[in-house]
Amino acid sequence: MNRQVNRLALLAIALLAALVVATTYWQSWASGGLQARQDNAIQRVVQFTIARGLVYGPGEKAVFASNRRKHQNGQTLFFRRYPEHGLAAQTIGYSTASRSQAGLEESMNDYLTGSNTNLSNAFRHVLDKLGGATVHGNDLVLTIRPGVQRLAQQLLGNRCGAVVALNPQTGAVYVMASSPTYDPNLIDEPGGYAHVLKIRGACGGASALLNRGTQGLFTPGSTFKIVTAAAALDTGAFSTSSGFDDPGYCEEYGRKVYNAGNPDQNGPESYGHVDLAQGFEHSINSVFCNVGKQLGAKTILDYAKRFGFYRTPPLETPANERAASGMYRYTKHGRVLDDNASRADPGRLAFGQWTMLTTPLQMAMVAATVANGGVVPKPYVVQKILGHDGSVVRETKPGNLGRAIKPETAAELNRLMVSVVEGGTGTAAQIPGIQVAGKTGTAETGVDHVYTAWFVCFAPADNPQVAVAVVLEKQVNGFGGAVAAPIAKSVVEALVHG
Amino acid sequence: MGFASVYIARQSHVSGASLTYAVFFFGLYLVAHLVARFTVPYADPYLLPLAGLLTAVGLTEIYRLGPQSAFKQGIWIVVGVSVFALALLALRRDYRLLENYKYLFGLGAIGLLFLPLLPGIGETVNGARLWVHVGPIRFQPGELGKIALIVFLAAYLREKREVLAQGRLKDWGPLLVIWGAAMMCLFVTDDLGSALLYYGIFLAMLYVATARLTFVALGVGLFLAGSFAVYQGTPHVRDRVTNWLHPYTTYKVYCPLTGTQALRQDCTSYQEVQSLYSIAHGGYGGTGLGSGTFTSAGGHQIIPDLNTDFIYSALAQELGLIGVAALLMLYMVFVLRGFRVSLFAGDGFSKLLAAGLTFCFALQTFIIVGGILRVIPLTGITLPLVSYGGSSVVANFLLLAGLMLVSNRANAEVGGA
Repeated sequence: MNRQVNRLALLAIALLAALVVATTYWQSWASGGLQARQDNAIQRVVQFTIARGLVYGPGEKAVFASNRRKHQNGQTLFFRRYPEHGLAAQTIGYSTASRSQAGLEESMNDYLTGSNTNLSNAFRHVLDKLGGATVHGNDLVLTIRPGVQRLAQQLLGNRCGAVVALNPQTGAVYVMASSPTYDPNLIDEPGGYAHVLKIRGACGGASALLNRGTQGLFTPGSTFKIVTAAAALDTGAFSTSSGFDDPGYCEEYGRKVYNAGNPDQNGPESYGHVDLAQGFEHSINSVFCNVGKQLGAKTILDYAKRFGFYRTPPLETPANERAASGMYRYTKHGRVLDDNASRADPGRLAFGQWTMLTTPLQMAMVAATVANGGVVPKPYVVQKILGHDGSVVRETKPGNLGRAIKPETAAELNRLMVSVVEGGTGTAAQIPGIQVAGKTGTAETGVDHVYTAWFVCFAPADNPQVAVAVVLEKQVNGFGGAVAAPIAKSVVEALVHG
Repeated sequence: MGFASVYIARQSHVSGASLTYAVFFFGLYLVAHLVARFTVPYADPYLLPLAGLLTAVGLTEIYRLGPQSAFKQGIWIVVGVSVFALALLALRRDYRLLENYKYLFGLGAIGLLFLPLLPGIGETVNGARLWVHVGPIRFQPGELGKIALIVFLAAYLREKREVLAQGRLKDWGPLLVIWGAAMMCLFVTDDLGSALLYYGIFLAMLYVATARLTFVALGVGLFLAGSFAVYQGTPHVRDRVTNWLHPYTTYKVYCPLTGTQALRQDCTSYQEVQSLYSIAHGGYGGTGLGSGTFTSAGGHQIIPDLNTDFIYSALAQELGLIGVAALLMLYMVFVLRGFRVSLFAGDGFSKLLAAGLTFCFALQTFIIVGGILRVIPLTGITLPLVSYGGSSVVANFLLLAGLMLVSNRANAEVGGA
């Protein structure tokens, strides 16, 4: 019988060895996937045993996210709090008990929980764990200026829209306001999420959870003329003194494309003989329509790409909370980016209509590029990541996304944009003592007299410290120069003086 | 020999109170060791320390999960060691006299299995009717029935192995009757894990006795056919298989536990899925003993039956891959020593008994841990010597006593010759 016993022993050992293999599988290969699952009740608790890192602005004046300590069953648990109740809510995001996360809370989770793979960090983490001590995550120091952020949010009020302000040299984001906003503390409360979903704002449109600054896609209207003008001047095809005849419309494919209506007149304005500089200052569509026809859609799109269009702008927030600007096409799979120049109407594209959609962040980057002498700054919102002991884990070094236009072109555009504020469509943005360079935009929405109002600018023009983009959705008879420019003005004032 | 106690002493850092358990357990181990030295001096020297170590690991984890259960478990270990000592004392001269009572064991096994079905004392826990409740004592008679069945099979197969190999129906009769009754009873009580275990033991011992792989093949074939029939007929079994193959749903399905629509991972497969999360959380090194997470933020225990069926998940989380791999190694060494006992045994009954007992130990470990690890469908049985559960502890100490008796005799014969 010994032969059978030997075989049986072999079988028994094989069965037990299979258990070792299976355990290894679950604890190594499959481990990550299991930990990431939403219904993982163990991770739900484990996350509370970690003191998530704090999130605050420069100078620690305002804390965007902190923890409330609670003792339970001999364990110290940490529950997330948002003391500012919704300041930069869409950027900070939330982290809930049911482990749904958004914003920086999601994308920076590894740092905030201290599970990032910095060697010394990981080592301390293990020691903390073995010693039973609380694991502390890393703190985030943001570039967002809490005071100005609050101001921007107040200026937007109940209107749907966004304000993005950044440093044109470094790309540091000072303001990222989106309206309507919400209180992230609500998300975890019973019925709170449903309540947040019902927030509508004056436009009655999309959710408060949407970060309009980085995700909101709006027709840029005349603010896109900065890109068209950049292409026109940079290629050398036009100069600021190139002349145009403006009959009040531009003929394209045998049909008339009219200028924007003037609130003081009935029907479209007409300026007669003008040059490109005047066309920019007064935002004359027929001028840009002719520029577009001559340049062709491909050249315009190529320049747009140089400014960062057709790529999701880099930022520390989750990639799915940022959108790329560009022409969009509607397919059965939804809205998709479309860079096929042959499908574009160059005339309408030139003044920012057609199928072009942009995010406020992208338009702020366009203004910042002009301010920065033609180099596109790389936006960032996390200045520093600090260890619990205050040591610097990571510090953001300003970078750029390459040169979009020649320095001379940037200087010319700078002057054009100054003229818009001094005597053109953007006079509402004038600030005593600070020379503002800007561009208005009043995009048609398809509904008569309802516009998407824009203002993008930078200041001071000779030494730019701040670039701003403001967008307001569904403004009835609201022109960019009238409704958006004043917001930009206040934000610039606060940032330059503050 | 002192390994077990050292292990326990080291764990006592976790809390001062557990030192009492360490001292108590070490004392108990010493008693068991002395009894063994006296009654079975030639017995395999590894079996008792290995069993002690496994029991210690189990007791430590049970203590960590709930000191109250650890106290009860401690009492059961005392009972187990007493039964172990009594068995050694009673059978130290010649355990082979058990052979004479084989039918008694066979009928005893059936009796024990049917006990929970008796009205009044039987009790249903977690959908399976396996418990007997007499006064303050709750007991799973099936655990003892298992040992009785192995004794019966060893004796019967030893006697009839030659004629069985010829395949005459007459000789198969008693075997099939007792075995059939056992299987039927298990299906009636819905105790699938045990059914699988018994069937496995039966086939293994039949193979060892007759050396006929055709019997095994036939048995496996019958098992598959039977399983399919049971799968079709029993919703309980169908649920287990569904949970095994598809623990997750992305859409809501009918949840029989609450009577509402829910995702499967929130309903019937909740326990399996959360147990895997527990294992995954352990990773390579584990969270450390006492630092694992088993309760929700609200204070509820996340995985039901954690210290019985799912103790392996708890251990895997706290000790990590290194720890549980070591634990499985202990099982392997125990199983290898057990088969070694069988190989060196002088007579057929002893060989079959040792092989049966050892295979039972290995297969039971495989069924529960394999179920937890999704190697096979999950069926709730205990992890030998480690899980919380009185009947299981007592039965496994009896199993240990059996192996030591057989090895004592075998070694004594070799030594004497």
